[in-house]
Amino acid sequence: MEKVGVYICTGCDIGKLDVEKLKAVSQEFGIEAKVHPFLCSAQGIEFISKDLANLDAIVIAACSPRVKASLFNFNGKYVERVNLREGVVWSHEMNEHTQELAEDYLRIGIVKAQKAEKPEPYKQETSKDILVVGGGVSGLTAAIEIAKSGYKAIIVEKEAELGGFARKLYKSLPTSSPYTRLEEPIVAKLIDEVKKLGIQVFTSTIIESIQGQPGMLEVKLKQNGNTLNLKVGAIIVATGWKPYDATKLSEFGYGKMKNVVTNVEFESIAKNLGKKDVVFIQCAGQRDEKHLPYCSSVCCLVSLKQAKYVTSNGGNAFIIYKDMRTPGLWEDFYKAMQDDPGVFLTKGEVKAVKENGGKVVVEVANNLLGEDLTIEADLVVLAIGMESTMKGLYTIKEEFPDEKTVPYKHVYEPRLIKSAEEVEQIKQIGHILNLAYRQGPELPTLRYGFPDSNYICFPYESRRLGIYACGAVRAPMEISAAMEDARGAALKAIQAVELVAEGKTTFPRTGDVDFPNFFLQRCTQCKRCTEECPFGALDEDERGTPMPNPLRCRRCGICFGSCPERIISFKQYSIDQMSSAIKAIYVPDPNWDETAAEKFRVVAFVCENDALPALDMASMNGVKLNPLVRFIPVRCLGSVNTVFIADALSKGIDGILLMGCKFGQDYQCHFIRGSELANRRMENVQETLQRLMLEKERVRVVEVSITDWDKIAGIVNGFVEEIKKLGANPYKGF
Amino acid sequence: MGGEILVIGGGIAGLTSAVEASETGYSVVLVEKTPFLGGRVAQLNKYFPKLCPPFCGLEILYRRMRTNPKLKFFTNTEVMSISGSAGDFSVNLRIKPRFVNENCTACGKCKEVCPVEVENEYDFGLSKRKAIYLPHTMAMPFIYAIDEFKCNKCGECVKVCKYNAINLNETEKTLNLKVSAIIVATGWKPYEARKIANLGYGKFKNVVTNMEFERLASLNGPTNGKILANGNPINSIAFAQCAGSRDENHLPYCSAVCCLASLKQATYVREQYPNAKIYIFYIDIRAFGRYEDFFAKVAKEKGIELIKGKVAKVEEKDGKVLVTAEDTATGQKIHKEVDMLVLATGMQPSLAENPIAGIEVDEYGFVREKPGIIPAGVAMKPLDVMFSNETATSAALKAIQFAKR
Repeated sequence: MEKVGVYICTGCDIGKLDVEKLKAVSQEFGIEAKVHPFLCSAQGIEFISKDLANLDAIVIAACSPRVKASLFNFNGKYVERVNLREGVVWSHEMNEHTQELAEDYLRIGIVKAQKAEKPEPYKQETSKDILVVGGGVSGLTAAIEIAKSGYKAIIVEKEAELGGFARKLYKSLPTSSPYTRLEEPIVAKLIDEVKKLGIQVFTSTIIESIQGQPGMLEVKLKQNGNTLNLKVGAIIVATGWKPYDATKLSEFGYGKMKNVVTNVEFESIAKNLGKKDVVFIQCAGQRDEKHLPYCSSVCCLVSLKQAKYVTSNGGNAFIIYKDMRTPGLWEDFYKAMQDDPGVFLTKGEVKAVKENGGKVVVEVANNLLGEDLTIEADLVVLAIGMESTMKGLYTIKEEFPDEKTVPYKHVYEPRLIKSAEEVEQIKQIGHILNLAYRQGPELPTLRYGFPDSNYICFPYESRRLGIYACGAVRAPMEISAAMEDARGAALKAIQAVELVAEGKTTFPRTGDVDFPNFFLQRCTQCKRCTEECPFGALDEDERGTPMPNPLRCRRCGICFGSCPERIISFKQYSIDQMSSAIKAIYVPDPNWDETAAEKFRVVAFVCENDALPALDMASMNGVKLNPLVRFIPVRCLGSVNTVFIADALSKGIDGILLMGCKFGQDYQCHFIRGSELANRRMENVQETLQRLMLEKERVRVVEVSITDWDKIAGIVNGFVEEIKKLGANPYKGF
Repeated sequence: MGGEILVIGGGIAGLTSAVEASETGYSVVLVEKTPFLGGRVAQLNKYFPKLCPPFCGLEILYRRMRTNPKLKFFTNTEVMSISGSAGDFSVNLRIKPRFVNENCTACGKCKEVCPVEVENEYDFGLSKRKAIYLPHTMAMPFIYAIDEFKCNKCGECVKVCKYNAINLNETEKTLNLKVSAIIVATGWKPYEARKIANLGYGKFKNVVTNMEFERLASLNGPTNGKILANGNPINSIAFAQCAGSRDENHLPYCSAVCCLASLKQATYVREQYPNAKIYIFYIDIRAFGRYEDFFAKVAKEKGIELIKGKVAKVEEKDGKVLVTAEDTATGQKIHKEVDMLVLATGMQPSLAENPIAGIEVDEYGFVREKPGIIPAGVAMKPLDVMFSNETATSAALKAIQFAKR
C-alpha cells in the first residue's frame, strides 16, 4: 500500500507514552502521524474518515485488534491495528523500555501496512448444486431440505433403492410426548417427498472420482457400467453406518445358537414374532476394548422399542444393561417402558448364554437383585453397535503413515503401512468419495472412522471445504437426531456454495478473499506444503509441484509457514511483509549504543485466535510483562515461516518465543495441526541455530490456551530471564 | 430495521445459529436479555470431553460477528410478544437501558469509583461486583453496563468517564421488528437446588451446585480457580447425580449433560488435589457416543469411585458433609463424610417460568416447533454444547427457508 495514514489515540492511558516520539517514528517512514484523544468516538472516526480519499491503508495505534473492530472498518480498506493499550501501557510499567516497545510496535504496524497489497478474490463460474451421497434417512432429509431452501440437490445411492438402513425397520421410536406409541418408519414419507420435489436420484450408483474444488467439483458417477458426469458446488456425505460384525460375539452364543440374533436381525423377525420371551443383552460388543470401545447411543432406546414388540405380542422382555442411556427427553420413553408389566430391566453382567432344549438360558451376575440370575427365554437379542461406513477405509495419507513418516500427534489411530502395495490393498476395500485430492480420497477421520472436526464448538467443520458429513457416518445416532444432523450439514453446504461463489473462504476466517499465491518458478518440489496443508487444498503434478485450489483453502497460512523457498505468500500476509516487519524492530547496536548491553530483544509470535486474547486478558487483569518482548500476532502458529526466526536472529534479536494452541489428540488449534507443525519445524530451526553458532534455548515453542492468562507472565518474563543468562546475541550490530 | 431472521438468546446456540445463518448470506438480528452475550457456556471452566476452555470457541464466534455486517445484535433486550405467521412475524422488543453507550472504551475507571457493591450473578452470588461492570475480561460487547436496579445514581462514574459514555437518564425503548423466521435459543437455568430439600442445599455451606462448582474451578471465578471448602483444600468430595433430574417431583426428564459434567469436574479436583477421594453417586452413567472414551478414561483415574445409588440424605457435622445413599448394587446403605458435595442439578428451560407470548412450550417448558418458530439448543430439549451447536445449525437452515437472501 502506498498511501498509509497513521492515527495515534491518546485515550485510555495511551497518552502516558511520549507521543512526540511516536510521531517521530512515523516520520522515519515519511508519514505525518495524526493524534486524537479519543479515536473510537464518532469524532475520532470522522477525524480518520475525512482523509480516506487519499489513503490505501490506515494504521490505528490504539487498542487491541480485538476491540472496536467493527468501528475501525473503512469500506474494506486495509487497517493495521497497533496495540498500544492492552499491548503496551496496560501490561507494562512505564519507562524507557516500554516507550521503545511502543515505538517498535508502531514501526511494525506501518511496515505491515506498507507491504500489504489489495487482494483480488478468486472468482470463478461456480455451481451451487449439492451432491448428497447416500439415500438413507440422513441423505434424503438433507436433499429435501436443500431443495426446500431453493437449491438443487442430487442424491447418489449405491443400492438399487432409496431408504438405507431405515427401510429395514419394523417400527420407529416414539418422537413426541407421551412416548408410548411406536411410530411407522418415516423413510417412506421421505422417499415420497424426494419424488414430489423432483430431486434427481441416481440409484445403483457409485462415485468413481471427484476432482476440483468446491463450487466446481467434477463428479464422475458410475451406474450400471455407464459413466455420468456432474458439476456440483458442495457435497454431503450421508453414507450411514454398518452393524458391528456379530460373528465376533461368539461369547454370547451368536453363530452357535440359532436363537441368538442381533438387534438388526430382530427388526425383520418382529413382524411375525408371536408370543415369545426375549432377553436383550445391551452393549454387546460395545463399551468394550476388545470390540467397540464407544457407546452407540441408540441401543438402549432400540431395545426398549423392541421390548415393546415383545410385550405387545404377549411375551416378556428382559433387558440386561450396563447403564440405561436414555438421555434428555428419551427418559419419558424409558419410564413408559418401565411401567410396562411385561418388561423386566436390570443392570447386570452376562456370564453365559446356553442352550436348553429349544430355549436359551442367560446367566446374569452383579445385578440389582443381589443374587445371580438365570433367565430362560425363546430368543436372545444382542444389542450390537454401529460403525461408521468410513471405518476401515483408506482416508488420507496421514492416517496411514509409512515407516519413514512420523505420525501426526492429532491422529488417534495411525495405521502404519509398509508399502505402496499395501496401500493399494487397503484401497481395494472400496471408497465413498474417491476424491482425486493429493492427500487422500476421503474426509480425514478423528477416531473410529468418524470425520475430524473441532466437534464441540464447530461440529460440521470438516477438513475438506465444501464437504460435510451427517448422520450415522459422523457419529452414532438415532433417526430423529440424524434428520436434525442432516439439516445442519445442509446449511453448511449451502453456506459453502454461496461463499465460494464470491471467492470467500469459510470458518474460521469466513469471508476472507485473500489466498496464497505460489511463485512456482522457484519451487523445488519438496512437497512440504502439499503434505502439511490440513485442508488438502493443494494437489501436485507428477513432478511434485503444488497445484493450488484456492476454493479448498481456509487461509490459515500453514503452507506459507512450511515453504523453505519462501515462494508462498498472501497479499496481506507475505514473507516480504513479515520479514520487513521483524527487521523494523530497532535493535540497539553495541558498537555505538552503550545501553545496548541491557536492551535485550525478544520476539514472540502469537496465535491470534487464542494466545493473543490470552495476552489481552493478562493485560486487563493487571499482569505486567517484560518490555523487552515484541509480540507479533500470526494467523496460526503453523503460519510462522522459519525464515522469520532466521531473520530475527541474524538481526540480533536475542530470543524467540512461539505461543500457540494445544496440539495432539485433543487439539485446540483451529487449523488442526498448526501448533503441532510449529513444534516439528523447530528441528529445522535448531539446524539454523547451529549454523549460526547460537544456543538452542534461544527459540522456544509453548502451548497457551485462551484462558491461560495467569501463566503468561511466568512464561514470557521467565523466558527473558533465561535469555539474559545466555547473554546477548553476538550478531547484534553486524 | 430489516432483520429477516430473529434469534432470541445470545448463548452458544443463539450465537451459532445467528453466525451460521448470516454467513450464509441472510440478515440476522440477535437479541439477548442480559447486557452481555455468551450465556451459560461463558460461566463454564472447561468443556467435556476435550477439557478445553469455552472462550476459545466463543472468541471465534465473536470475531466472526464483529466482521459480519449482516449480523446485528441487541443486548438488554427482551421479546415482549410475537404475532403473525411464518414469513411475516411482528415482534415487539423492549430494550432496557444500559446507561453506557458505544463510546465506552472499557478503560475501567468507572468501576474503580463506583461505591455500590452487589452480588455477582456471573459467579452465582459467590463474589461481589460493582453496579457498573463487565462480568469478565472476555465480555461481548466489550462495553460496561450499569445494573439498573442496584445503581444509586450517585454519578461518580459519570464524573470520571472521559469519554462521555455514561448517561444515567437513559430510558427504556421499545422496538417493533418484522421478521420472517424466529430462532428460539432461550436456553436454560440451573434447577433451583433449594427445592430438593433432602440434599441440604442452602442449609449447608459446602453443598454446592455443579454450576457453582464451575465458577469455583474457573480462573476468573470467586476463588481464582482454587477449589476450596471452608477456605481449605479438599481431601474428599462427592457428586450427587440426578439432583432433581429423573425425578417426578422435580424434573422428570434427564438433563443429558450432568453425568459428563460431573466426570469433567472430577478431573478439576484431580488436577488440583491428586490425592483427594472422589465419590460419584449415580443411577446410570450416561456417557453416550464418543463420550464413552472420556468416561472410561476418568473412571480409571486414581481416587475416583463410582457408586450406583441415589443420595438419600445429606447432613452436616463439624464442617463436613455427611452423605447417605443406598448402593443399588448391594442394597446396603453407604455413608461418606466429605469436604464438599456437588449437586449435579439439571437444566430447566428458561421459558418454563418466563414464557414469551407467541411461543408455545410443552409441559416442561421446552419450545414446540411450528413453522417459522424454531427452537435451538436447550430451548428445544436438554442438550450439551456439541448437540446445541448441531441443533443451532439445523435451526439456521429451517430459518433461511422462510427468509430472503
